[in-house]
Amino acid sequence: MKQFLTFVRKEFYHVFRDPKTLLLLFGMPIAQIILFGFALTNEIKNSNIVICDYANDIASQRIIDKIEASKSFDIKKTILSHQEIEAAFKTGKVKLVIVFPTNFNNELLHLNKAQVQIIADASDPNTASTLTSYASNIIMDYQKELMKNASAPLRINTDVRMIYNPELKGATNFVPGVMALVLLLVCVLMTSVSIVKEKETGTMEILLVSPFNPILVIISKAVPYFFLSLVNLTLILVLSVTLMDMPMNGSYLLLYLASALLILTALALGLLISNSTDSQQSAMLISLMGMLMPTMLFTGFMFPLENMPMPLQYIANAIPSKWYYIIVKSVMIKGLGIASVWKELLILTGMTLFLLVVSIKKFKIRLA
Amino acid sequence: MTNEVVIKTDKLTKRFGDFIATNEITFDVYAGEIFGFLGANGAGKTTAMKMLCGLSTPSSGNAAIAGFDIYKQSESIKKNIGYMSQKFSLYEDLTVIENINFFGGIYGMSDKQLNEKRENLIETLGLKNEAKKLVGSLPLGWKQKLAFSVAIFHEPKIVFLDEPTGGVDPVTRRQFWDLIYAASDRGITIFVTTHYMDEAEYCNRVTMMVDGVIKALDTPTKLKEQFSATTMDEVFFELARGAKRKAD
Repeated sequence: MKQFLTFVRKEFYHVFRDPKTLLLLFGMPIAQIILFGFALTNEIKNSNIVICDYANDIASQRIIDKIEASKSFDIKKTILSHQEIEAAFKTGKVKLVIVFPTNFNNELLHLNKAQVQIIADASDPNTASTLTSYASNIIMDYQKELMKNASAPLRINTDVRMIYNPELKGATNFVPGVMALVLLLVCVLMTSVSIVKEKETGTMEILLVSPFNPILVIISKAVPYFFLSLVNLTLILVLSVTLMDMPMNGSYLLLYLASALLILTALALGLLISNSTDSQQSAMLISLMGMLMPTMLFTGFMFPLENMPMPLQYIANAIPSKWYYIIVKSVMIKGLGIASVWKELLILTGMTLFLLVVSIKKFKIRLA
Repeated sequence: MTNEVVIKTDKLTKRFGDFIATNEITFDVYAGEIFGFLGANGAGKTTAMKMLCGLSTPSSGNAAIAGFDIYKQSESIKKNIGYMSQKFSLYEDLTVIENINFFGGIYGMSDKQLNEKRENLIETLGLKNEAKKLVGSLPLGWKQKLAFSVAIFHEPKIVFLDEPTGGVDPVTRRQFWDLIYAASDRGITIFVTTHYMDEAEYCNRVTMMVDGVIKALDTPTKLKEQFSATTMDEVFFELARGAKRKAD
């Protein structure tokens, strides 16, 4: 046991004395969270829109006020002809035009239904659909206000509904994905590089000649990264809950349990990579290329898995972060308990055990 | 030097597919001896040494290290040997003290024993002012001496040195050999591979390996007589002339 602690202490020295390791360990998650949270968000703010108000009555004015008050839109100008609409789109700066027909208020009050036209620049379909749903939400909102005072029901004008994420916040989608990405990358990269480094410098031979158990070499190498990853996870959580308004509705215990599982999976993967290469560079390349792409593509936070062709969906099933992503979303956003995610936890556990066994076995063979 | 045999090999062989790296090598090494293991690059020196250290499993043949069988008692062997590779193998990002503590620690030395021995070692090596510096900042010669001292820090019966003096100047090499003699005087058996023929003269006995086979084994003086040579260099050329393998 004392030998083990000696070894673990040495590993911590390695980590804390290497600025590059520290930067990667703590800089990457912060950068990722900020990048994905702010810069690469699919939430849209301050889009330029144009209002074409033929009605110019109380109702249209109230809606325009609401649009003006919203953070999503920035009203560029108000126009009074359809020709100008096309001109506005052609500048490329206007993303959306809202047209109120004449007699808007009258129709609403007397016929109980009225039309608002929303025209979006669909050259960027994602932005367009997001913006139209923002706009219809605002109109719906106004409609609800009217309903309170109206005797007869008023027409329901849109069916866009967002559950769990009514404001279409980007963070809820990205934070769980970034968590999976960071934990996987950091752990796989760190363990594989740190083991291969010992091979490269020749110290691995010295360790294997010593009476110290080779399996313990591996375990003691993983210990610091295990704990540092948990610290990392806490950092990501604090950042995303305070800065990104990420909800945390479920149990922290469950979240940490699932994360610990993913960390173990990553450590096993790192070990596996370190067995198949002898240079730090190739270990780094395999970890980055081999982990980054599949994690980005098949976790589900960048591209919805449901829309992928079947073969790709099967591949996604073999990616540990996919299951972790489901667990994190269920726990953090929906606040679900272990009863709802036990299947995913079980799959993740199975993957971890499999990888651990394979990598330790492979390591033993290398000693022969 | 006594007649106690600490390394005994019997037809020790290692094959990699069709390639026979070491072919039925048989020799004895006596306690306290400085045993030189010579040969050109690719002659099979390192492979032989790796089998003796337990880093590599032999394909056939037997060997006993410090009386323990290399197949069945590798754990006991590990406690009784030290090893220093060509790369000096210390942690460059750890200080002198931390390196000593680490290697002493994984050999299971107690804190008291460790502290006492460490202070002595730092004193002997004259590293008092450098004790808290990172090993990476030390000159090569010092790293090498420190690596050797760390390899015998747990007082092994035998220490294996794999080309320990590669890349250092002749003066430092001479100083390094003083450390080897001191260890040998304390009764530690030295098993050293080298391709510097001047170093071969420092050994009590040397073997010459050519193409995986032991071609000669005797004291440097007797080998020179046998091949009517004046230096070990000439002996080496005489023996290695027939080598078929290219250096790797």
